[in-house]
Amino acid sequence: MKEAADPSGLDPYEDGETRLKAQRMGMWLFLATEAMIFAGLFLSLFVIRTLHPEGAAEASSHLKPMVGAGNTAILIIASTLVALSSVAAKDGDERRFITWAGFAGAALLGALFLAIKIGVEYRAEFHEGFIPGAGPAFPIQADGAQLFFNLYFAATALHAVHVLIGVLVLAGAALGVWRRWLKLPDNAPEIEFCGLYWHLVDIIWIFLFPVLYLVG
Amino acid sequence: MTDIPLAPERSKNFWTAKETVKSWFLTTDHKRIAILYAATLFVFFFIGSAGAAVIRLEMITPGADVVSAEGYNRAFTLHGIIMVWFFLVPLIPTTFGNFLLPLMLGAKDLAFPRMNMASWYIFIFSGLLALTAIWLGGLETGWTFYTPFSAVYADGWVTLSIFAVFVSGFSSILSGINFIVTTHTLRAPGMTWFRMPLFVWSLYATSLVMILATPVLAITLLLIIAERAFGIGVFDPSIGGDPLLFQHLFWFYSHPAVYIMILPAFGVISELVTAGARNRIFGYKFIAFSSLAIAVLGFLVWGHHMFTSGQSMYAGIVFSFLSFLVAVPSAVKAYNWAATLYKGRITLNTPFLYAVGFVGLFVFGGLTGVILAALAVDVHVHDTYFVTAHFHYIMVGAAVTAFLGAVHFWWPKITGKLFNETLGRAAAVLLWIGFNLTFFPQFILGYLGMPRRYNAYDPEFQIWHVLSSAGTPILALGYLLPVFYLGWSWFKGRDAGPNPWRAQGLEWTTSSPPPKHNFLGPVKVTREAYDYPKQDPYKGPLPRTAAQEAEDDRREGKSAEDRR
Repeated sequence: MKEAADPSGLDPYEDGETRLKAQRMGMWLFLATEAMIFAGLFLSLFVIRTLHPEGAAEASSHLKPMVGAGNTAILIIASTLVALSSVAAKDGDERRFITWAGFAGAALLGALFLAIKIGVEYRAEFHEGFIPGAGPAFPIQADGAQLFFNLYFAATALHAVHVLIGVLVLAGAALGVWRRWLKLPDNAPEIEFCGLYWHLVDIIWIFLFPVLYLVG
Repeated sequence: MTDIPLAPERSKNFWTAKETVKSWFLTTDHKRIAILYAATLFVFFFIGSAGAAVIRLEMITPGADVVSAEGYNRAFTLHGIIMVWFFLVPLIPTTFGNFLLPLMLGAKDLAFPRMNMASWYIFIFSGLLALTAIWLGGLETGWTFYTPFSAVYADGWVTLSIFAVFVSGFSSILSGINFIVTTHTLRAPGMTWFRMPLFVWSLYATSLVMILATPVLAITLLLIIAERAFGIGVFDPSIGGDPLLFQHLFWFYSHPAVYIMILPAFGVISELVTAGARNRIFGYKFIAFSSLAIAVLGFLVWGHHMFTSGQSMYAGIVFSFLSFLVAVPSAVKAYNWAATLYKGRITLNTPFLYAVGFVGLFVFGGLTGVILAALAVDVHVHDTYFVTAHFHYIMVGAAVTAFLGAVHFWWPKITGKLFNETLGRAAAVLLWIGFNLTFFPQFILGYLGMPRRYNAYDPEFQIWHVLSSAGTPILALGYLLPVFYLGWSWFKGRDAGPNPWRAQGLEWTTSSPPPKHNFLGPVKVTREAYDYPKQDPYKGPLPRTAAQEAEDDRREGKSAEDRR
């Protein structure tokens, strides 16, 4: 058997193509587990909507669909930038600028998403008494409304944590490409995987938005 | 096989490649990580057993005399949390899965060696968190953390324990991803999907369950933590939650988790039965696909834990039907193992005895599972010792017996040494007797109406409890005996050579213990798995296994030197 390509002996692969295939597959499986984490929340929301349709609709009507729609647009634009960057990364060093600028732009948009989510939405919800255990008393009486809001906070907060991680990942990758710590096109797969993570964060929101905001 | 040296150079086997402490704690060698996992699980097994010992001691008399009710609750919670989350779930995948998967596929290592090491560190970290929670005083929720009890009423270290289990899930997920990607990308040339050993198939099915179900447990536990720490009411009715939601989410993971424990055991038994009977497996594809079928059906039966919870009657009927269906792929396996023995040339060696014991215990556990899947019967025996006995037959009787069978079967491969066959057989039989004596009376107790998790009971139940407690020391002896003779063989055992059982399978073609990168030459697979030679039993003797040769020598009073 040939000696491992990697002198540290870490590399079990015979060739780079298989290694890339394995890495890509590992990344997709990881994304599947992330999707399953949110699947539990979606299932819970589905149960509430089936058991207490009025309560869920009533609670949902207190959310701000226009702000949510604006945030959705922000994430979609960020995803577009990420997709363009990932393609540019494969073209090599001459399109380095597009790669890092796209990632940096997407990271900024992600930060904007968080600012709107926390600064506008959560702040208003705190003043209206929707935040569990803080602020004024919960104002809606309908069955299931409080559970709907609690799950809204659990789901959007967990998603916000993912957005934050995504912003850090994109910013780190942008910095790496800009400072040439990451070589293109050699490190294009790493750029692609960072982008895949961002797309996951985006697609989870695309499901969360209608399920939470557009119930009524 | 002739070109493999019987005693490889010292520097070439994975134990001796580098002998510093650092080389072990920073290793990325799947074999060493398997050994690290095994050592860790060994410690957890003894801590979990201490909880069981308290339970069985208390149950000898009807009154509450050994521990208080609270102490009893803490003892069975300790036993459940440690045994389920920190022993049984990782048991076979992290030890034999890690050790054997690359060897069976003809690969140098798993797909992501560093991630494999990370999974062990995550496991250690979560285990230390759980032990801290127990050391600080423990908790009383039982291993299932049912709400609203765990979310509102329970004191003790509930949040810390739940966090520990949450963290341990990531170690499972990383192992699962690693195994699946390895199976897809690192098969040796010629190792087609249907030439893979059935252990690999079962590990693949297990990994699917691990990566799809564990995240749901993670979010469930996270929601309890959010509820206890921040008052985000999801399960507590007084702040708007729904306690039943927890049971749905919890069993969506925890029923498939039972298959995480038993599927790799099925794989082990397929290896042990074929090697013991020296016969090709009966219905290879049926066994391979039945593993996948069990993995898929496992996701659809969680509601059978909730027949008495007040869920809809129609849901109960559907869950009951689907639970009956699981019996089909399970029975396929049991029948195929039996059919593999037909016209085989059976050697009643230690691994084979464990395998046969496994089939017996598994059939018992499985059939009582069918009884429990029946809606009306379950209402009668729900939360009684009948359930306790049923899941111990599967999760302990079957899974741990398979694990010990695997330990004996692959011990010569892992250590390069042969153990004492006579003591090995004695331990296999002791284990089987001790286990049945401990847990069979619990079926009767449960059917008579003894509820689980009580520290005092009516005197009429005492005889069955005494029998059950009397089985425990025999069972303990069955577990402890191997520690001594295997430990002895470690230092004094005869060299095993590459293939002491004359078994098929790629792992037996390399030296024992395997070298750091598993194989000394290139690997090419040209035959199906379990390609045992078809021989006319009346013509020519079977090749003697190394274990049999050692036994003959012992009888004739020869020493290892004489033979050489």
